[in-house]
Amino acid sequence: MSLIQIQQDEKIRSTVADSKIQRAVYSATARLKEKRSEVVSADALPEYQELRTQANLIKKHTLENLDFYLEEFEKNLTANGGKLIWARDGKEVADFILGLAKERGVKMLVKSKSMTTEEIHLNDHLEAHGIDPVETDLGEYIIQLAHDRPYHIVAPAVHMTRLDVADVLEKNLKVEREEEPEKQAMIARRTLREKFLAAGIGISGGNFLVADSGAVTIIENEGNARLTTSAPRIHIAVVGIEKMIPRAQDLAVFLKLLGRSGTGQLLTVYTSFLSGPRRAGDADGPDEFYVVLMDNGRTRLLADSEKRQSLYCIRCGACLNACPVYRKIGGHNYPGAYSGPIGAIITPQYHGIKENPWLPFASSLCGACAEVCPVKIDIPKILLELRKEVVESRAADSDSFAERKAFQMYAWMMRKPKLYALAGKIGSKLAGLPGLTSFGPAAKWARTREVPRPAAKSFRDEWRDRKKGGR
Amino acid sequence: MAARVSLFVTCIVDQVFPKVGLSMADVLERIGYEVDFREAQTCCGQPAFNSGYHEEARTVAKQFVSVFRDAEFVVVPSGSCTSMITHHFHDIFAKDPDMHEEVEYLAPRVFEFSRFLLEVAKVDDVGARFNGAVTYHDSCHSLRELKIKDGPRRLLRNVKGLELREMSVAEECCGFGGTFSIKFPEVSGGMARTKIDSIHETGAGTVVSIDSSCLMQLQGALTRAGSKVKTMHLAEVLACR
Repeated sequence: MSLIQIQQDEKIRSTVADSKIQRAVYSATARLKEKRSEVVSADALPEYQELRTQANLIKKHTLENLDFYLEEFEKNLTANGGKLIWARDGKEVADFILGLAKERGVKMLVKSKSMTTEEIHLNDHLEAHGIDPVETDLGEYIIQLAHDRPYHIVAPAVHMTRLDVADVLEKNLKVEREEEPEKQAMIARRTLREKFLAAGIGISGGNFLVADSGAVTIIENEGNARLTTSAPRIHIAVVGIEKMIPRAQDLAVFLKLLGRSGTGQLLTVYTSFLSGPRRAGDADGPDEFYVVLMDNGRTRLLADSEKRQSLYCIRCGACLNACPVYRKIGGHNYPGAYSGPIGAIITPQYHGIKENPWLPFASSLCGACAEVCPVKIDIPKILLELRKEVVESRAADSDSFAERKAFQMYAWMMRKPKLYALAGKIGSKLAGLPGLTSFGPAAKWARTREVPRPAAKSFRDEWRDRKKGGR
Repeated sequence: MAARVSLFVTCIVDQVFPKVGLSMADVLERIGYEVDFREAQTCCGQPAFNSGYHEEARTVAKQFVSVFRDAEFVVVPSGSCTSMITHHFHDIFAKDPDMHEEVEYLAPRVFEFSRFLLEVAKVDDVGARFNGAVTYHDSCHSLRELKIKDGPRRLLRNVKGLELREMSVAEECCGFGGTFSIKFPEVSGGMARTKIDSIHETGAGTVVSIDSSCLMQLQGALTRAGSKVKTMHLAEVLACR
C-alpha cells in the first residue's frame, strides 16, 4: 500500500470511529432519504419513472449534440445582451473574474451556492489576489467562516450540529452565543444583507443552461441567489458546459425531479430564470450579465460513449443520501468537491484516475445510488469500468503486484477443477492453524468481523458421499 | 420423465457453506426434479470482474460456459453470482462474438434458486416446517439487478411454523461487496453493524437471505457483537421439515 493510501485508510478509520459525526450524518441523510421516497412514491407521483426516463433521454440527446446547443445558447444569450466567456479550466475562470474585478474596482463580491466554483477552488484564487468573496447560502457561509469545506452537495454543513454552528458564529462574527437555529439564521441574515448591498459583483452557479432562451436557471430555498444575481451591478454565472438543456419546456421535467430528489420538496422555494442584464423598464437586475462556461475535464468524458452519462448529473445529492458507504465515510474523505457515489465517478474522470486510484473501489456496488438517480446514471457500471482502467493503468505498478498475481493465479486455478478442489482441501486444513488470521486479507477482515472457517468437507466431497449413499 | 436441473454451487457455498448446496438439492428433488452436479465447475469470475481484472474474469467465465453450455436449467444459490452470469457476462464478452453468442444462449437458462422455484417450477410452498421468527435480508444484486423482492418472502411465509418479521432497513447493503470488505474493513464492518442493529430490533432469532456471501458477512459481525442471532440461507430453511 502506498503512503497516500495508508493516510487515506487512517482518515476513513477515524471518521467511522467518530460517533458524533456518524450520528449527525446518518440522521440527516436518513431524513432526506425518507422525504424523497415519500414524494416520489407511486401514490404521490405516478409518472416518476417516466420522468426519469425522459430526463435521461433529454440529457443523452443534449450531450450527444452539445456542440450545437452550446452555439445556440451563445447566440441567444448574446441577443439578450449577456456575454459568454469560455473557460478551459479553473484558472481561466478565476483570471476572468479577477480581471473584471480589477477593471471595475471591485474588492468584495457575494456568492450563491455553487459546486462548480468549489470544484475549482475559486475562493482561494480570489483571496490570494486581495478580493474578498462572501458565501451567502447559510450552510456555505458557515462552512466559509469555519474554514471548512462542503460535506454534502446539497447540505454543505450536514456534519455540523447547531452547537458547532453556535461556536463558529460566536468566534467569527463576535456576536453573543446563540444555539437556536432560527436565531442563528437571523444573525447570518443581518450580516449578509450588508454584504449584498456593498458587493460589486455577484457570482452564482447555474442548475440549467437553457439553449433556446439563452438563460440560466437557478433553484434555491433562501432567496440569497436572487439577491446575489440582482443586487450587485454585475452578475457572473459560472456553469459547467454539461448543464445544458435544449428548451425551456424541458424544465418541466427536470424541476419536477430536482427538488423531490434533493430535499423532498415538490419545488424549491425560488426558481429563477435569468435571461440577460436589466432591460429598460425592469425593476431590478444587474447592468452586466456574464455566463462563464467551464470545461475543466468535461469534454474528456464526452468522448466516451458509455461513461459520458456521468455528465447527466443534476447535483441533487440523492445518491449521497442513499449510499451506505457515504453515510459511513462522510463527505471529507472524498477528494475534490463532489462526494458520494457521483463524486467517486466524476472526480477520477475530471482529474485522471492516477490521482486517486482507490476511489472507484470504495463501494460495495450495492446499486442504491442508481436506484434513486433522477437521470438514471448507471453509477455501479461506471465504477466497474473505472476499476478496470485503474487496474490497466497500474499494470506495472509494484503496489498492485501482489494483487495482480493473486488474480492471475485465481483465474489459472479456476480453469483446473481438480487443482481447485485440492487447493480447497489444503486450505480447509490450514485454516485450523492458530494465528493464520493475523496477517493478509484475513487480518483486515478480522478487524471488524469474525473470520469464517472453511467447511471440513466441501460441497463436492459431500455430494460424492451423498451419491454413494444411493441418493 | 422428471426435468433435469444442474446445480451451480458457487465457490463460497462449495468451500464454506456446503449445507446450502445440499439443501438446495434436497428441495429441488422433493418437488420432483432430477439434480446433477457437474464436477468441472468452479466459480463465475465475479471476484476478478468486480476488482477490475476483466481478462481474468473472462478466463473463469469461459470455464463456467464450457461446463454448463448444454444444461437444461442451471440453478444457483446466489443472486449475486446469477447476476454476474445473466447480466455481466454480456459486458465482459462484448468484443468476443463467439462467446457473446454462447452467453446469449445460456444466460436465459440460468436461475437464482428462489426464482427457479416460483417461475419455472411454479411452486411457492415446498412443504417445509421451521419453528421460529426470521427476518429477511435483501441482497443488493438480487434486489436491484435481478429485481427479486417478494419471491423469497412468499416462500418463507408458506413455511409452517415460521413467522416473517420485516426489519427497518431490509434493502440496505450488508457491507460485504467482495474485495471491498477487505479493502475497507471499517466501512464494511460499520455497514454490517447498522444492519445487525436493525435485525436485533425485530427480535427474530434468524436472518435469512438468498446470498451466502451476505450471510458470511452478517454472521461474522453478529458473532463479533456477541449476538445469538443465526444466519440461514433460504434453501436451508426450505429444506427443514
